[in-house]
Amino acid sequence: MTHESAPPRGLSRPGKWARGAAGVAILFLASEILGRAGVVDRSYLPPASSITARAFELAGDPDFLFNVRVTLTAWALGLLIATAIAVPLGLLFGSVPAVNTAVRAIVEFLRPIPSVALIPLAALLLGSGLKMEVPLVVYASSWPILFNTVYGLDDVDPTAKDTLRSFGFSRFQVLLRVSLPSAAPFIATGVRLAASIALILAVGTEILSGFGDGLGMFIAQAGNVPGGTLDVLAGTVWAGCLGLLIDMLLGQGENRVFRWHKAQRSGAS
Amino acid sequence: MLQITGLTHSYADGHLALDGLDLTVPDGELVSIVGPSGCGKSTLLRCTAGLIRPTGGRLTLNGAPIGGVPDDLAVVFQDYSRSLFPWLTVRDNVALPLRRRGKSRAERRAAAQEALESVGLPDAGRKYPWQLSGGMQQRVSIARALAYRPSLMLMDEPFGSVDAQTREDLEDLVLQVHRNEKMTILLVTHDIDESVYVGDRVVVLNRSPARVHADLPVSLPAVRDQIGTRSDPEFVRLRAEVGRLVRGGAKVAGAAPADADRGT
Repeated sequence: MTHESAPPRGLSRPGKWARGAAGVAILFLASEILGRAGVVDRSYLPPASSITARAFELAGDPDFLFNVRVTLTAWALGLLIATAIAVPLGLLFGSVPAVNTAVRAIVEFLRPIPSVALIPLAALLLGSGLKMEVPLVVYASSWPILFNTVYGLDDVDPTAKDTLRSFGFSRFQVLLRVSLPSAAPFIATGVRLAASIALILAVGTEILSGFGDGLGMFIAQAGNVPGGTLDVLAGTVWAGCLGLLIDMLLGQGENRVFRWHKAQRSGAS
Repeated sequence: MLQITGLTHSYADGHLALDGLDLTVPDGELVSIVGPSGCGKSTLLRCTAGLIRPTGGRLTLNGAPIGGVPDDLAVVFQDYSRSLFPWLTVRDNVALPLRRRGKSRAERRAAAQEALESVGLPDAGRKYPWQLSGGMQQRVSIARALAYRPSLMLMDEPFGSVDAQTREDLEDLVLQVHRNEKMTILLVTHDIDESVYVGDRVVVLNRSPARVHADLPVSLPAVRDQIGTRSDPEFVRLRAEVGRLVRGGAKVAGAAPADADRGT
């Protein structure tokens, strides 16, 4: 029994792309028709072609690019810090049951608070700019990483741990050399989920904080200008594209790095 | 030499798995341990490996009491696919435990390659375990144990998950390793034929809680082969005797009943 070939599931890669593209095209056409036919007010919903044209224009606008850079900096910094905090914490919670029970109540209290609700508090305490944006991004994106790390550790095969232990490795060594790599695919999925949340928080914080720089700021300010709907929508399109791009890159990275995980799973099922 | 005296273990739920088990394994001997399934064979093995601390009794390996995991010991588990690390190549799997031996990277790789050659997998080093067949994966596990150069190798039903042909090949591999490396091996199995075929000695355990029910020397020639040895009258006699004992037969060797054949 070899585990080399898994049966193909669902659509092939070009098939998926084709369907995705068809969906985008239909939405594009619908908005174009609605806009041009005058069913909705043009200043309310400009046709898709105008939004796309404006979005391309913005890609060459240094001011806009600066704003995108500010948002991406907050996003990357926040996600990085969140990972650096949540993975070791998850390892601690997941491997020491006593700690896990002790902090469970705190975690269950904090988790349901929508991170966006903390924006006014953060603004009050931390002012504006990166020093208030990054902590919020860190807070919001730590949860999925933390939970996936704990869950991943739960899923580690006891035989794998026993194997290394029987060669005289210490508990800490087993955690590092068996549990961490075993849980890594789960942790990576957590980071991918966190990446989307981090982007939402970065843009959201900028929109709600009222002043400063960033993609969210650009959108918020465009909304205050008469006829700014086009800029609002073009900025939103860019936010969406960033999210899509980030998710795609991380997803592809996961598939490449954790090829063994997929192979193992398809062999086991 | 491995010495086990009065080994007793009851689990947290109160289940008594071992009850005063005594066993001495001299250096270089291959001892097969058979018993009815669920009789505590694996508990015995896990206590010996230091993976669980027995609730009573004494274990010593080469004179030193076994408290934690002994330095000089390797375990081959039944479930090779879970025991090998899928994120490491075959060579890195074999080389990993050698970090405990304080060897350099180059030394570890060389030792891994040598061990892989000795189990007949000279070209598998760069592959991943999940790219190999089940039998080959178990060979990798054995290579990993060999590379570590333990004085005692524990095997927990090592061939329970492979097909019959592969099983015979792996049994011969263990015999060959045993002859070449002069390693002490404790092999737990539920297969009566296997216990006689590979063992210098067969230890039969009681139904749970386990104690030593019978201890039979195997007076077959050291060099064995699947066809010849299995038709040897001594083999046939022993396997009938072990079968009778596993089914709870009395210790006194009498005429083996004709139906004492294979274990469950």
